[in-house]
Amino acid sequence: MTTVYEAVIGLEVHVQLDTHSKIFCACSTKFGSEPNANTCPVCLGLPGSLPVLNGQALHLAVKVGIALNCEISKRLKFDRKNYFYPDLPKAYQISQFDQPVNGAGWLLIETRSEDGSWKEKKIGIHRAHLEEDAGKLLHEGIEGASLVDFNRAGVPLLEIVSDPDLSSPEEAYAYLTSLKAILQYLEVSDCNMEEGSLRCDANVSIRKRGDKNLGTKTEIKNLNSFKNVQRAIQYEIERQTELVEGGGRVIQETRLWNDVKAQTFVMRSKEQAHDYRYFPEPDLVPLTIESAAIEAIRKELPELPAAKAARFRKDYGLGDYDASVLVQEKALAAYFEQAIKAHANAKMISNWMQSELLALLNSKKLAIQSSPVSAQALAGLVALIESGTISGKIAKDVLPVMFETGQTAQEVVREKGWVQVTDESLIETIADKIIADNSQSVQDYRAGKKQALGFLVGQMMKASQGKVNPKLANEVLARKIGV
Amino acid sequence: MSFEIEKVAELARIRLTPDEKNKLQSDLGAILGYVEKLKSVDTSQVSETSHVMDLTNVFREDKVLPSDVSAAVLRAAPDRDGKFFRVPKTVER
Ligand SMILES: [Zn+2]
Repeated sequence: MTTVYEAVIGLEVHVQLDTHSKIFCACSTKFGSEPNANTCPVCLGLPGSLPVLNGQALHLAVKVGIALNCEISKRLKFDRKNYFYPDLPKAYQISQFDQPVNGAGWLLIETRSEDGSWKEKKIGIHRAHLEEDAGKLLHEGIEGASLVDFNRAGVPLLEIVSDPDLSSPEEAYAYLTSLKAILQYLEVSDCNMEEGSLRCDANVSIRKRGDKNLGTKTEIKNLNSFKNVQRAIQYEIERQTELVEGGGRVIQETRLWNDVKAQTFVMRSKEQAHDYRYFPEPDLVPLTIESAAIEAIRKELPELPAAKAARFRKDYGLGDYDASVLVQEKALAAYFEQAIKAHANAKMISNWMQSELLALLNSKKLAIQSSPVSAQALAGLVALIESGTISGKIAKDVLPVMFETGQTAQEVVREKGWVQVTDESLIETIADKIIADNSQSVQDYRAGKKQALGFLVGQMMKASQGKVNPKLANEVLARKIGV
Repeated sequence: MSFEIEKVAELARIRLTPDEKNKLQSDLGAILGYVEKLKSVDTSQVSETSHVMDLTNVFREDKVLPSDVSAAVLRAAPDRDGKFFRVPKTVER
């Protein structure tokens, strides 16, 4: 993107609220049931059936609203959004139009600025309202017809609409990560994109830098991962920029992201603009939420990611980046705190978690909760490094064994005989041998080639299978060669 | 009271004969005329109402109660494919 233009991005996130039953009927919300097994007269829209609001859905929606600093409506109601589509049995969706449960709010994201430092940015939340999900249509491999499964119809959704405050694909990614972390901390949704419990549409436009007016936007759908949201927005910004620079105009339209082609394509749709003819849902009574009820829910809220990150920076001296990675997942943060309770070296624990442990977990597709290496065990490993019992290099071999066998670091080190050699007389013996075997390198070092010493230390490490303390090896060699 | 009867029919997905159009035009016109009359009533002292019953905060407990209508509904559907409803092919929304 040239610097002449800037991108203006807003995101609409639909998140499935984690209730047992649907929003307006008692059908199960369970994923993966037989087609149409979780349906009843209400969610199939049969005549004479009446919806009744699931109190828990509203409760969870308010919880999210509080966490996103939203203005919680004291009075709210539901409205019918009218349109025809085969996944919508009633030919209207029960949603909220002018009295959404959550009004304006905000959330903080962390983005990397051009100089590489991390900075916070406040992203406005326009609103977050409750609605029911539609059914699922299957088209693929079916000749001339579509199949409909209404198990999803009536599943509670919270649609969280951001303000157009995001100005890059990276910021959009950061917003989604931050939002997902909050939702998971609140335990209001499992946020599983593959199962459709979190979906995202992106509104993208560009404008001349400094321009106050918004450009014409396109809406991108079919975004099935956060990475693809980022890629699709990047593509769309480039497409719009090229179009405008070539003298063209952006047309307001809905585009679909094609993952394989890595492009967005205009969606075939009827020309007519949508006319949803919202009106109050007469089958549901209006609602009021008392301030006392909001305060009671506020008390239920756990420490949220941003607050936790701030505490990690302040109490444990972690850097911005480390703190934000560790708080991404509640379980990861809990693991970290357990580990430093066992051994108070926050920086080292954080490093070992982020580099070695997460890599091992990823390779086995395990969540931190099911890590075979407990927080206490990882702390034990770090303690052995710090006391000089093993080198950091050996520790990198110890951890995979701990991971594989569930043993503690001490057990592994004892069993394998990997204790670091700190006995100077033993180190001197090895050093003598290495000096005798590598006279050329010794001469080079004497002649001023500093890197020759590194080579000799490497030879010592090799000869001792990495057990020699490298710092001591360095000292002994330098002394013996006598420069 | 003027309105586009054709647009309303299209939104409702119904086809109207010219006769029906005329008849509905005048019927709906009369209804809208009545609503227009209601608008002249002073409601400044009346609080906004979205529901006729004097009820608020009616909730259902978050409990699953299975319904057994699915097989019957599928049987009665115009077309089906196993446990799915089958509908004419639709383009993406
Ligand atoms: Zn149902």
